[in-house]
Amino acid sequence: MKNIIFLSALFLFNLAAAQDADAILKKVEENMTSDNRVFESEMIIHGRRGSRTITSKTYSVGDKQSFTEYLSPAREAGAKMLKLENQLWIYSPSTDRTIQISGHLLRQSVMGSDLSYEDMMDDRKLTDVYSARLVGEEVVDKRKTYVLELTAKVEDVAYHSQKMWIDTERYVPLREELYAKSGQLLKRTTLSDVQKIEGRWFPLTIVFKDMLKQGDGTEFRMTKVQFDQEIPAYLFTKAALKQ
Amino acid sequence: MLAIQLAFKNISGAGFRTILNIAVLSFAFVVIIFYNGVLEGWNQQARRDTMEWEIGQGQLWVPGYDPLDYLSYQDAHGPIPETLKPQIAAGQLAPVLVAQASAFPQGRMQGVVLKGIDPGQKMLKIPTALLEGQEAEMPALVGKRMAQSIKVKEGDQLLLRWRDKNGAFDAREVTIAGIFDSNVPTIDGGQIWLPLERLQEMLGLPGEATLLVAGEGFTPFANAPWAFKDHDYLLADLDMIIQSKKGASGIVYGLLLVIALLAIFDTQVLSIFRRQKEIGTYIALGMTRWQVVRIFTVEGAAYSILAILLGAVYGAPLLWYLSKTGWAMPSASQDMGISIAEKIYPVFGAGLILATVLLVVLSATIVSFLPARKIAKLNPTDALKGKIQ
Repeated sequence: MKNIIFLSALFLFNLAAAQDADAILKKVEENMTSDNRVFESEMIIHGRRGSRTITSKTYSVGDKQSFTEYLSPAREAGAKMLKLENQLWIYSPSTDRTIQISGHLLRQSVMGSDLSYEDMMDDRKLTDVYSARLVGEEVVDKRKTYVLELTAKVEDVAYHSQKMWIDTERYVPLREELYAKSGQLLKRTTLSDVQKIEGRWFPLTIVFKDMLKQGDGTEFRMTKVQFDQEIPAYLFTKAALKQ
Repeated sequence: MLAIQLAFKNISGAGFRTILNIAVLSFAFVVIIFYNGVLEGWNQQARRDTMEWEIGQGQLWVPGYDPLDYLSYQDAHGPIPETLKPQIAAGQLAPVLVAQASAFPQGRMQGVVLKGIDPGQKMLKIPTALLEGQEAEMPALVGKRMAQSIKVKEGDQLLLRWRDKNGAFDAREVTIAGIFDSNVPTIDGGQIWLPLERLQEMLGLPGEATLLVAGEGFTPFANAPWAFKDHDYLLADLDMIIQSKKGASGIVYGLLLVIALLAIFDTQVLSIFRRQKEIGTYIALGMTRWQVVRIFTVEGAAYSILAILLGAVYGAPLLWYLSKTGWAMPSASQDMGISIAEKIYPVFGAGLILATVLLVVLSATIVSFLPARKIAKLNPTDALKGKIQ
């Protein structure tokens, strides 16, 4: 009898934890996603032979459409990237060619960074892909956080499980860890410099680190962010790449 | 007969000039045989090694597989056809599964190709038995080039990251169970060999393969579900390399031969110029002009016979010695991506020697004949007087 009561209590606790976790994830998504967004950013790629910085301006509508123009350094300036749903094109001004990135090319690194094109393509909501569970609370960067464990509930997902540390007040993730099926830690993302912009809390600096490789990872810093702007529709066409 | 006697008499009388001509021509003769022998030895060794280590008696490829196109690897797998399973059970076919992955030696990322093979296979010389009975959870085999490139030795752990059939990342450490030494770089560079069932499990592809290696006793049949690639197809690249090497080396020994023939040509021109009284005497004694032309042509051709004999004297033991001890290749050639052993054992077939003899004799005869044609136009009276014409 005692066992039945214990198991029932455990089940109810887990159910409550799962519901809490889903609610937290929903709040995070509400905070982090917007109808559209325009931001300027610099990506600092730390390599073994030094670091290099690439600046760009990105226009995005929801998670499905985005258009990025690279501004510097001179070698990358003028390159453009267009994402429409699950398709990705890149325009290179030196060759005046537009190529579609698909198949294995999606797994290539974006300009030598710790990010792959594929990392930028997964636009499904976390709640659609993962079952979340609240496993505790921890302090990260002097902020109290919820610790969520996410386990894939679909098969076609790159990372089988994730762990997220979410600010309990601002509902912004401060750290994410991505795991392989075997449980091996693959990537760690650290989010910082959280600021309130147009009524929402948003992290302006994100450090991506491939945990299997040496190096200091790739730092992605947003220098200017605007939400809910008027973005001309023609930007999200292939014709805009050559303009 | 008279022409031959006269030819050898004149040659022996020419002294140092003869020795030089014969020495240069014999050197060209030996070099031609040596070059071609080395290429033939390389060809035979590379074909034998490639068959023993990689392709067996041929391969059956799943539709869409292209070993030169890494992008094809993602989809190049399929269930092993039922019609081929009896041959696999009989040991006539060995399935191999191919997939892309990343290895992380010393924190560096390096693209690798994972190949799953049955540890019990006997068709290829890869020591797959080392993958069996290991305490390590994930035993792996690599070739010596790969081991050098990622700096691993037997017993070391190596972290691998791959994606399963659904694209989900997975990562695990493998233990290097053995390092094999093969002359075939296409089974070595950038490749890691794992037990077939383990790789199938890692990728979520149970019972699937990318290709089947055929062994002795396998007979390809019409309408096979996977395309059969025979030796002509699988060794076409090697054949082209050998052909191109033959062309390139032909230029080198061709130049050497031209130098030797030029010496004979010059000797002939000089002989005809200096021996006009002799030519006039022959004609005065009743020889026709073309008989005299023949004497001089045979004289030139006799150089080639003597050169061949001289070449045989020092070349035969030298080439025999090389064919037994082999000719060491520079270590860099091992990493060029083609099958080449550390030592090449030249093969000097009867066909090669006969063809070279014919080449030297015919070319020497032709260059001897060309200046000798002038004799046919000589005025015998003037020739007897020794007048320069």
